[in-house]
Amino acid sequence: MAELSKAATSAEGAAVDATPSVTEVETVEAATEAEAVAAVEAPVERGEPILQVRNLVKHFPLTQGILFKKQVGAVKAVDGISFDLYQGETLGIVGESGCGKSTVAKLLMLLETATSGQVFYKGQDITKLSGRALKAVRRNIQMVFQDPYTSLNPRMTVGDIIGEPYEIHPEVAPKGDRRRKVQELLDVVGLNPEYINRYPHQFSGGQRQRIGIARGLALNPEIIICDEPVSALDVSVQAQVINLMEKLQDEFNLSYLFIAHDLSIVRHISDRVGVMYLGKMAEIGTDVQIYDHPTHPYTQALLSAVPVPDPEAREGRERIILTGDVPSPANPPSGCRFRTRCWKAEDKCAAEAPLLAVPERFQGSDSPAAHESACHFAEEKDVVHAA
Amino acid sequence: MLLEVRDLYVEFRTREGIAHAVNGVSYAVDAGETLAVLGESGSGKSVTAQAVMGILDMPPGRITGGEILFQGRDLLTLKEDERRKVRGARMAMIFQDALSALNPVLSVGDQLGEMFVVHRGMSKKDARAKAIELMDRVRIPAARERVGQYPHQFSGGMRQRIMIAMAMALEPALIIADEPTTALDVTVQAQVMELLAELQRELDMGLILITHDLGVVADVADRIAVMYAGRIIETAPVHDIYKAAAHPYTQGLLDSIPRLHHKGRELYAIKGLPPSLLDIPPGCAFHPRCPRARDVCRTDVPPLHPVAPDRRSACHFWKETLDASHS
Repeated sequence: MAELSKAATSAEGAAVDATPSVTEVETVEAATEAEAVAAVEAPVERGEPILQVRNLVKHFPLTQGILFKKQVGAVKAVDGISFDLYQGETLGIVGESGCGKSTVAKLLMLLETATSGQVFYKGQDITKLSGRALKAVRRNIQMVFQDPYTSLNPRMTVGDIIGEPYEIHPEVAPKGDRRRKVQELLDVVGLNPEYINRYPHQFSGGQRQRIGIARGLALNPEIIICDEPVSALDVSVQAQVINLMEKLQDEFNLSYLFIAHDLSIVRHISDRVGVMYLGKMAEIGTDVQIYDHPTHPYTQALLSAVPVPDPEAREGRERIILTGDVPSPANPPSGCRFRTRCWKAEDKCAAEAPLLAVPERFQGSDSPAAHESACHFAEEKDVVHAA
Repeated sequence: MLLEVRDLYVEFRTREGIAHAVNGVSYAVDAGETLAVLGESGSGKSVTAQAVMGILDMPPGRITGGEILFQGRDLLTLKEDERRKVRGARMAMIFQDALSALNPVLSVGDQLGEMFVVHRGMSKKDARAKAIELMDRVRIPAARERVGQYPHQFSGGMRQRIMIAMAMALEPALIIADEPTTALDVTVQAQVMELLAELQRELDMGLILITHDLGVVADVADRIAVMYAGRIIETAPVHDIYKAAAHPYTQGLLDSIPRLHHKGRELYAIKGLPPSLLDIPPGCAFHPRCPRARDVCRTDVPPLHPVAPDRRSACHFWKETLDASHS
């Protein structure tokens, strides 16, 4: 299956060497902590997977009663998702509110404990690490948050905010060297190094997001997880921050997991894109495969609903207007989770949950439609260009 | 003309000084027409709308000049009790955040019915029946069962429908929608915009749509007014502006948004930041960020030059901007 998808990508001449299929993970058996640390710090070649997520699950328990709490159910925020993140690429994750995309970010950052499943970073399952090895992993995976107003401590100077990671990882920058390092980082993200003693309220939203990015870069990480990094910014400032992130990716060879709800921005920045719905991955592939050759009905509906900045397209464009709301993740529909809003749903969809795989009808084909899609009736439909 | 705003000025007194939020804005909307007011935060788009609705916080806000003609009468000369009869009944507003715009301790039925009790003097029982009718009309499923529920029991899209129902209740002539779908997911946004357009057609209402989303504007607007630092800098029929902008700011906005149908190269980024309203640059407020700025831009405020029929641009160099964006 891996071969087929690879053939599909190279056939369409995509610049990225992506192997979208989820393959067996080569795990590294580390007997001692020192070995684990060494494995985590080993370099990864460009185009090799750096992060491999397998059947990741996060259920938040719902309890009832005050004194004798008993579990009455669970919010299935993330319910078994698998994907790979390659060295040097940007993987976009899109989906509507409540689909679990931010929970995925928290799980990868180890801010939440996974209910089950594994996250392999260079072959080490980071959900099971502890001590020095865990600390080394944490240094290499950093995060940029959505809200530049609440993610910076208002009582700390910019220098202290960006330099704080060095308190925890002093090996990256010895004490005497920190001020210079912080000023370098300010310069890298396009802020005046003289601003080191200012406070967050003295900056605009776009500048604050640059501070957040500088903090994310402080420890020379390999992976940055960006959760809606530009959605709080004005249009004219958004472009500045997106351009900065692309520049930094080239400069420091970063891998981005880019979580956002704005499909146009995700296409612009991502090499590959995963579409999530109600805790599951609905479809995943290269940007061309997902945007120009979507096969999952949810992806098609999502793309067709995006308002495009072209009044000429108003008449000709076909809109798939979904009815109803997203069901509650505490009580998701049986079988395919999208079936309650899907116009193609049949009995099979209620009985059998579709697997995320290259659909049978496209197997062996070198068409861009041959990518992983979790639908029993996957069918290519270009909704973006039809006008 | 249904509504005509003429040369409106609004300022706010703050501790740091006077913030000039609206500096001579004029626009007009006809029955059945949709005017999109586009701008970034701090451009004055919402303050203008609040002045029209008569819900501006005064103080610290103050209207220092201009007229707001609605169905031929200047609203700024009306007494508050006369103004109240207009607000809600003949013009209504839809807010961005339905959860904070609705009262959390009253059922949606009571809030919808209140419109009829206050403005039409109906009995509570009749008002309840009207509320159910309205909820049906904005396609809230099981309206009869849900009329007694509270705002938090509805999803974001459903709450926005309740806001629309409330705005529509007395069949106003004008609706002002301030970022009505910004807080909603894209599939729900499409549902809500479609509903709004349909009701507008049915009732032949004027609609002012305040937004920062160039995609939404292209989808629904007839005309567009682009605001920057409290002024309208370009106004045109919607088809014209997307073909070629006559102001460098509009051009910059159109170039800075990523597109859905292709990946594109590096985005064009307008350099710098929007100005502080406490300290608006002299001359053209956009000149510190403008690639075409020359000496005259730093000293002379550009008037709204007529560019084509029904199209104006507040740029000294609108002609070369237009020629450049055509090519």
